[in-house]
Formats: sequence, C-alpha cells, structure tokens
Amino acid sequence: MMRRLFRRGPWEAGAIALIVAGVVMLMQPFSLTLYGYSFATVLAGAAMFVVVSKFPE
Amino acid sequence: MTELTPVSSLADRVAAASPDWALRRAGGFSDRSIAWLFIAPTIVLLLAINIFPLIWTIRLSFTNYRGNRPNAPLKSVGLDHYQSILSDPDIWAAMQATAHFVLWTIALQTLLGFALAWLIDRKFRGHALWTTIILIPMMLSPAVVGNFWRFLYQPQIGLFNYLVSFISGVPPSSFEMIGSVKLAPWSIILVDTWMWTPYVALIILAGLRSIPDYIYEAAEVDRASSWRQFWSITLPMVLPFIMLAVLFRGIENFKMFDMVNLLTSGGPGSTTEVASITLKREAFEKWRTGYSSAFAIILFVTVFGLANIYVKALNRVRQR
Repeated sequence: MMRRLFRRGPWEAGAIALIVAGVVMLMQPFSLTLYGYSFATVLAGAAMFVVVSKFPE
Repeated sequence: MTELTPVSSLADRVAAASPDWALRRAGGFSDRSIAWLFIAPTIVLLLAINIFPLIWTIRLSFTNYRGNRPNAPLKSVGLDHYQSILSDPDIWAAMQATAHFVLWTIALQTLLGFALAWLIDRKFRGHALWTTIILIPMMLSPAVVGNFWRFLYQPQIGLFNYLVSFISGVPPSSFEMIGSVKLAPWSIILVDTWMWTPYVALIILAGLRSIPDYIYEAAEVDRASSWRQFWSITLPMVLPFIMLAVLFRGIENFKMFDMVNLLTSGGPGSTTEVASITLKREAFEKWRTGYSSAFAIILFVTVFGLANIYVKALNRVRQR
C-alpha cells in the first residue's frame, strides 16, 4: 500500500509542475501577488523533488 | 633440527587463511581509506569554493550586513529582505527583462538550431568546412563576443548598421542598437542567438543522427509524405534533445551576466537590466550585501529547481 502510494513517477511530475509554475510566476508580467508567491512555490517544488527522487520507481 | 618454512610459502598460507577485509588492509590502509584519501582534496575544495560561500550567503541574507561597512554591528532582519525583494516592482521588472531575454533567445535558438542541424545532417558539398565555420561563435569567450559586438553596433563605424543600411536603405547613423530603449533588448538577444545557436544545433544534430534509418524506410514503404515523416518520426524522436537544449540554454540565460554587462551594462536606463545585473548593482554599487544575498538565494533556488528538471531530462535521453 505504502509502496504504491509513494511511487516516484507521479510525485516527481508534481514536483516538476510546482517548479515550472514557480518559475512562470517569478517571470510573468501580470500580477505582483503571483510574483510574491513565486519563490515559495519554486522552493517547495525543488525540496519536494529532492525528497521524492529517493522514492522507489 | 626443524626444517624452516620458506617465507614466500608462509605468506601464501597466511594470505589463504586471512579473511578478505584483512587482506584489503595490506600496506596499512584499507581500500576505503585509500579511496577517501584520493577524493578528500576534491571534497575540501568543493566545501571551500562552493558549499561554504553558499552557507555564508544564506546566513548573510538574514542580516543587514553591508560589504562597505564590514565592522558595523550585524543585526538579524529575519525574512525582511526576502519579503521586500518579492514585493519590489523594480526587481519584478528585472525578472520580466530576464524573461523577455530568455524566451526570445530560446525560441530563436531552437528554431534556427533545428534548421542548422537539419542542414548539417544532409551531406552536401563542403559540409565539413561549413559545419566548422558554423561552430566558431560558440567557441569564443562571451567577453570577446560582447566587446566586438559593441564595436559592430557602433552607429558611426559599426559594420552592423552598414549591413542593415545596405539591406533596408535606412541611413546607418539613423538608429542605435545599444543606445535605443526599443532596440537594446533585441541587440543582446541577437548576439546571444548568434553565439549559442550552433550549440543548440549540435545537440539537435545528435538527436537527428540517433534516429535509425529503418524507421524512415518503413515510412517510405507505407507511402508517408515527407511532411508526415517529419511530424510523426523526426520531431517526436528529436523532442527529448530539443527539451535538453531548451533547459540548458534557459538555465544559462537566466543567469546571463558577462555578455549583457559588456554590451549594455543594463542600459539604456534599466531596459536591459536582467536579474544578474540588478544583483551586481545591489551588491557592489549600493553595497546592500544582505539584500543582494537574499536575491542571490532566490535566483539560486530557481536555477536549482530548473537544474533538477534538466538532469531528469538528461537521464531520459541517456536511457534512449
């Protein structure tokens, strides 16, 4: 059950999505609020990526 | 009188009777110790050059430290620097200038790089010579490229203005690439594209050469048109390589400093002030070391995140 829940693929995809969203938020020209939350998003994505890359395939 | 056992045979008997771990310790050092001995200098250098400055920068980012007042008392400011950077419209504008630079260079380099790779992949007369000529720009130092493009962009004596004048008919001194608010961002995009398109072309060429011929032969048998072959075979199989090139150039251009600094220094005004130029100004012109350390950490985390995706893409290409 735990092994199925903590598979690397979907978690890694989630982490990548967070990083990409954070980078887009950092560089978009539309909302200063989104820009304000960009660093937290990238940081969460990068930290998540480091953790989930240790999960089994 | 007892017969003496020869030393060599004694050594053999001891070796045979000894466990493996004891044998590995022969000479006073285990394999593990010798391995540590060899990699220790590298680890020490890495710690001194990369890890220590990183930790120090993280520490400074939470303080009011100023590089021009090293003896002033250090005060902790918590997350204040991060908060002010992430709500500062000027830094936001610098990030947008960076985005403009990164997006256009990636788009142009990918398109032109693909076209170049496609051409190089076809065997034509003088193909090796042209390949070498095309690759020259990426072998030059960005400092050299920045300096000589500065000369090329000179409105009075620059070759670039004369070339544009020759093609379009406008007088060469009627426009200024580096001095104009509208043209300056494009001047750095043009130079970066000129310099790095061959690199992207090389990566895509590796992708094109990795496609086996029998796939195209099978498509020919099925009477697939050239256009269909391109969309259904070439593009999907080259896509991981394009992704790799895009990520690599994206990361490099996100932290681009030297060429922009030499060409425009962020000007005119702050039109071409990309993130790294802003960082330099905050750190070494305004001497807000704590603030610029926080900005550097924000940029570092962004590059670190992108680098993770890059490594993942690289592994996927390697598995192919």
